[in-house]
Amino acid sequence: MSALGEARPQPAPTGRSLGSIRRSFAPWADPAEVPLIEFARVSKRFGSFAAVSELDLAIYRREFHALLGPSGCGKSTLLRMLAGFEEPTSGEVRLDGQTLNGIPPHKRPVNMMFQSYALFPHMSVEKNVEFGLKQDGMARSERADRVAEMLKLVKLEPFRSRKPAQLSGGQQQRVALARSLAKRPKVLLLDEPLGALDKKLREETQFELMDLQQSLGLTFLIVTHDQEEAMTMADRISVMREGRIAQVGTPETVYEAPASRYVAEFVGGVNILSGTVAERRGDRVRLTVPGGIIEADVPVGSRLQTGSPAVFAVRPEKLRIARHAPADPGVNAFRGEVWDIAYLGDMTLFNARLPGGEILKAATVNAARASAEPLGYEEEVWLTFAPDAGVVLPE
Amino acid sequence: MSADVAEPAGAPAARPAPEPAGPERIADSASFRRLVVGLPFVWLLLLFLVPFLLVLKISLSTLALGQPPYEPVFPLAEIASFGERLRELSFENYLFLTDDPLYLDSLISSLVTASVSTVLALLVAYPFALGLARAPERLRPMLLVLTILPFWTSFLIRVYAWMGILRNEGFLNQLLLWLGLIDQPLVILNTNTAVLIGIVYSYLPFMVLPIYASLERQDPRLLEAAADLGSPPARAFWQVTFPLSLPGVLAGCLLVFIPAVGEFVIPDLLGGSETLMIGKTLWNEFFINRDWPVASAVAVVLLVLLVGPLLLLQRARGSAGAGAL
Ligand SMILES: Nc1ncnc2c1ncn2[C@@H]1O[C@H](COP(=O)(O)OP(=O)(O)O)[C@@H](O)[C@H]1O
Ligand SMILES: [Mg+2]
Repeated sequence: MSALGEARPQPAPTGRSLGSIRRSFAPWADPAEVPLIEFARVSKRFGSFAAVSELDLAIYRREFHALLGPSGCGKSTLLRMLAGFEEPTSGEVRLDGQTLNGIPPHKRPVNMMFQSYALFPHMSVEKNVEFGLKQDGMARSERADRVAEMLKLVKLEPFRSRKPAQLSGGQQQRVALARSLAKRPKVLLLDEPLGALDKKLREETQFELMDLQQSLGLTFLIVTHDQEEAMTMADRISVMREGRIAQVGTPETVYEAPASRYVAEFVGGVNILSGTVAERRGDRVRLTVPGGIIEADVPVGSRLQTGSPAVFAVRPEKLRIARHAPADPGVNAFRGEVWDIAYLGDMTLFNARLPGGEILKAATVNAARASAEPLGYEEEVWLTFAPDAGVVLPE
Repeated sequence: MSADVAEPAGAPAARPAPEPAGPERIADSASFRRLVVGLPFVWLLLLFLVPFLLVLKISLSTLALGQPPYEPVFPLAEIASFGERLRELSFENYLFLTDDPLYLDSLISSLVTASVSTVLALLVAYPFALGLARAPERLRPMLLVLTILPFWTSFLIRVYAWMGILRNEGFLNQLLLWLGLIDQPLVILNTNTAVLIGIVYSYLPFMVLPIYASLERQDPRLLEAAADLGSPPARAFWQVTFPLSLPGVLAGCLLVFIPAVGEFVIPDLLGGSETLMIGKTLWNEFFINRDWPVASAVAVVLLVLLVGPLLLLQRARGSAGAGAL
């Protein structure tokens, strides 16, 4: 990453970490801010099948936005409508306030990095990177400078005259990145850009992409089905489901305050306890679930009423697991036995089986190198949590 | 993030097959590979090299009246006096070829005819192949069958059919007269034009198929990438599609050019007195003049000239394989 830093057009402000710059970035919260990209009630049908349905989404300048969802939920289709490879069946796609509908891909000021890289096999690395600049009729010397700059940025200078077939997967990925960045597009579209890389290289590249996006001041729209990747890189995540957006928000919002059971289950591990609302008092509800009673906080505006079915979703790391019973075993406490143990190094995951057969997942951080009395299989344990540990969602 | 613990049991049980199988299998596959690689060579040896050596041998002998009509060289019975025999070889037939301008003229004329028909075939076949490659996937098998359907009829019958089409009072002239495009029938049959039409028609599938193959396996994403980077469709064709199809174009050109040079039936049936083709000269030499040694010399020269382009094809194949994928 230090090498990437050297090639920055503008040096980052000294003494501030990338994170602190990112944390203060929230144009979506500012009503005066105009979005750079807007999808307005966009639908795309292939025959009778709706790949994208009536979708609204606004993405802001310099935002790193991730489209997250399972395979086939319409992420690529959404991206391809922005690039111009697919025309919306209805609705409008806008960039910088101008409609993109009907504009062919070669006239759109966005560039795409393809999942398969789609490098031109008959051209050298250099020619691949130069391709887009040539189309614009940029002067030869200027082109050469830009190509050199791009190759330096992705650390591919020694390979400039190689053909794509003579490069490793990681190097090809960098050529594709350099090629799509060379024209300084208003928006860079990335369709599962790291899917073909191994885990270690993928994690390195994630940080490099974030760094690049910051230093070049570009807007990135990335497609991924990997929630960790989305959470690592993105300012905001759109969680998609069957052609619609299930939730848009920062990684924290999507993880800690999922808007639906689907989002809670798709992003990270979660325990889902289904029950009925027994009582509601202000921002507190009492749920009866098989095996116990849950008291949980709900937002004031929540529409949950006494008697309505609801689920309680709580992340494994927010459950405490212990041998002894809590002071009040009647509320937010479940007794079970250790069913499975997964030691992951940094943390340990426990599956506890409740008397009714349900499994609750709990995670503990291994802060010390060894525990005096580690929990063993089939031991009786108590799982407890605070009223604000999870969220209550409509069934 | 499921907490299922990996079961350690069962892992050691799933060992691969016992070790001795390994080396044996490698030996097996090596001999199998030798067989597979060897078969085409045996084929070439029996059906190409042996006949070629026979022709070469005849080309080095002298004309004789008799059956066969040449003096034998290297009779097998006298294999012992090999060195002596070597001195008796006659290169007369090759020298004769340079004496009579007929041979050089018909060779040049053949090369010109073959080149022109190759270019024409390319111009017709490329859009054809592009159309095939861009056709909806479920239609492609049927379109391919249609492309090679003419091969199911005898080649001779198809060339005869062209005689019917190209005659003065033939189908083509009737059509053009009826459309009012001409008011005199065009004389096409028995001209070099008819020969070109015949060759382009007959060899078109040999041009279409390799070009189609190279177009069909191109990643459509490449054109999307070109468009994405600002290249309009027509320009993207010349920047991406065409250069990537060059191995197919080259293969098609050679598949048309090489047999077209030696073509005999088409010039004989569709050509006229002006038509001079080496294949026809060869035929005349063998069957009209019954001069087998000279005819064989013509055949050997032709072959040597055509080996050049073939080696070119081989090289192009090799470099395409290394560079393309
Ligand atoms: N050109 C197409 N023709 C027909 N169906 C398509 C086409 N492109 C995508 N689809 C369908 O649309 C759905 C969404 O596809 P896609 O956007 O590629 O999903 P994702 O990228 O989220 O995996 C899939 O079910 C896919 O089969
Ligand atoms: Mg996709």
